[in-house]
Amino acid sequence: MATLEIRDLRVTVEADNATKEILKGVDLTVKQGETHAIMGPNGSGKSTLAYSLAGHPKYTITGGTVTLDGEDVLEMSVDERARAGLFLAMQYPVEVPGVSVSNFLRTSATAIRGEAPKLRTWVKEVKEAMERLNMDPSFAERNVNEGFSGGEKKRHEILQLELLKPKIAILDETDSGLDVDALRVVSEGVNRVRETGEVGTLLITHYTRILRYIKPDHVHVFAAGRIAESGGPELADKLEAEGYEAYTKGGASA
Amino acid sequence: MAEAQNIPVGSTTAGSIAVAAESTVVSRMSAPPSFDVADFPVPHGREEEWRFTPLERLRGLHDGTAVATEGLKVDVQAPEGVTVATVGRDDVRLGKAGTPVDRVAAQAYSAFEKAGVITVPKETVLTEPIRVAVHGEGGTAFAHQVIELGAFAEAVVVIDHTGDAVLAANVDYILGDGAKLTVVSVQDWDDKAVHVAQHNALIGRDASFKSVVVTFGGDVVRLHPRVTYAGTGGEAELFGLYFTDAGQHQEHRLLVTHNTPHCKSNVVYKGALQGDDAHAVWIGDVLIEAKAEGTDTYEMNRNLVLTDGARVDSVPNLEIETGEIVGAGHASATGRFDDEQLFYLMARGIPEHEARRLVVRGFFAELVQQIGIEDIEERLIARIEEELEASVA
Repeated sequence: MATLEIRDLRVTVEADNATKEILKGVDLTVKQGETHAIMGPNGSGKSTLAYSLAGHPKYTITGGTVTLDGEDVLEMSVDERARAGLFLAMQYPVEVPGVSVSNFLRTSATAIRGEAPKLRTWVKEVKEAMERLNMDPSFAERNVNEGFSGGEKKRHEILQLELLKPKIAILDETDSGLDVDALRVVSEGVNRVRETGEVGTLLITHYTRILRYIKPDHVHVFAAGRIAESGGPELADKLEAEGYEAYTKGGASA
Repeated sequence: MAEAQNIPVGSTTAGSIAVAAESTVVSRMSAPPSFDVADFPVPHGREEEWRFTPLERLRGLHDGTAVATEGLKVDVQAPEGVTVATVGRDDVRLGKAGTPVDRVAAQAYSAFEKAGVITVPKETVLTEPIRVAVHGEGGTAFAHQVIELGAFAEAVVVIDHTGDAVLAANVDYILGDGAKLTVVSVQDWDDKAVHVAQHNALIGRDASFKSVVVTFGGDVVRLHPRVTYAGTGGEAELFGLYFTDAGQHQEHRLLVTHNTPHCKSNVVYKGALQGDDAHAVWIGDVLIEAKAEGTDTYEMNRNLVLTDGARVDSVPNLEIETGEIVGAGHASATGRFDDEQLFYLMARGIPEHEARRLVVRGFFAELVQQIGIEDIEERLIARIEEELEASVA
């Protein structure tokens, strides 16, 4: 069973000619089949955690370890991490002019699976996955994220999640900027992947709204660069009622 | 219908549409067109038509110090029915399609000794391309080439430039009524070559001209494709593709003069740049004269900057002296292949070199498909990939 283990992760970023520590010792274990929600106020370092795990060059790891099934993730390049089974659904997916969605998906699936998917089954696979996400077939011919609405971008991320079948999926504020209909469609996509029992999900969110659609097994409150409190789904209810104030004032630790 | 997008780092894009203004396309040249080099002052580099060009790298083509030497071979392979001739300076077919507009073109016209004339007789439809191989072995040359199609003739001409040379040339394309000519000019020079040329196309009534200019190599390549129409109903498609590497200067200056009613032109140039001091210049001028009613024209330039240190100057310019036209527009955009794109593609498991290849292939694919000659298309894609392999590695 795949396991992502984060131990005492410390990350800095360069900003305005100064080095700033964003992650100050994060400990977290995500196992295949589990869903962890990471909730926290703006600026707490949630997205830094997501991008650091994926290997974004902007972030410098200054301490700690991250392993996937015992393999050192921090030693891997960005593409190696993806091929090892890590997937990051991005909050702000990037436009790639001149590259069609269909070409992108196939190139990506070829890289992740280690061989080109058989054309006939692949076309069917993509078509069906798109239908489930209420995506028009013409979508496949558009350039990656170019001119996509906020909802289209997020559907496209979840389409990739469904097709690439990672071991660990990190969803970085996938719910932000979505109306209720889009949120429901996107959440259903995430749930289909979760129901296979083959993915460990790290759901990063600012709002509790998405947790009505995607039920986490564990909820963690992220504040000031580390996990301030962990609990079950009831912790999300508490946050819903009380907000993050207890964690932002005076750096409370449970 | 103007669209201009400016990415501040390492690129400039400017555009203008002048309506019924005084003709800046002509007036901004520092001297009127002439076949005589003496009519042009030696440029100092601040003139509008020279301000982007590194004169010190032209090896004397611009100031009269370049001297012709041995070391440029031209080999023409033509199918049956085509006449290939070498003629003297007094041949009446020379200079019919256009007049040199700058000092280097005039220098080429004043200095060449023999000219090449390729003639496709009227109503001759070729099924095989005419291939012109221009290969430099370190020489300096002034050249003149005429390619003439009689009425209703159809031909494809592929001109390949390879090796090392310092070359100033004029190339005339003369299309008879109803003729169809496709010319693919590939500049695949070695690193030190300097190539400055003016291409003049004169398009007959109802004739179609398709020019594909492909520039990969050389130290300085400066090409000046120009189109005028000899009758109504003419069509010009000018496609260009360039891949500018570190230290290279590649300049494409186009002028389509709509001097006749009911003609069309479509200009699409796309370039990728990578490496320190890679410099691409694109000037797209279209002039619609008062009498050219019913004109339909569009010009577009797109640049993809792959690394830091590269520079693009892109200047579309449209001058319209009549409102009675079908359409006129231009667009220019320069974009960067940035680290965020790379991160996004790599985060989906795609290795770095493949991610770059994907983006660049996608960028050029649409243009390459418009060439319509399969073996040329395949060769260009292979060559683009080679360029990428060479420098991404």
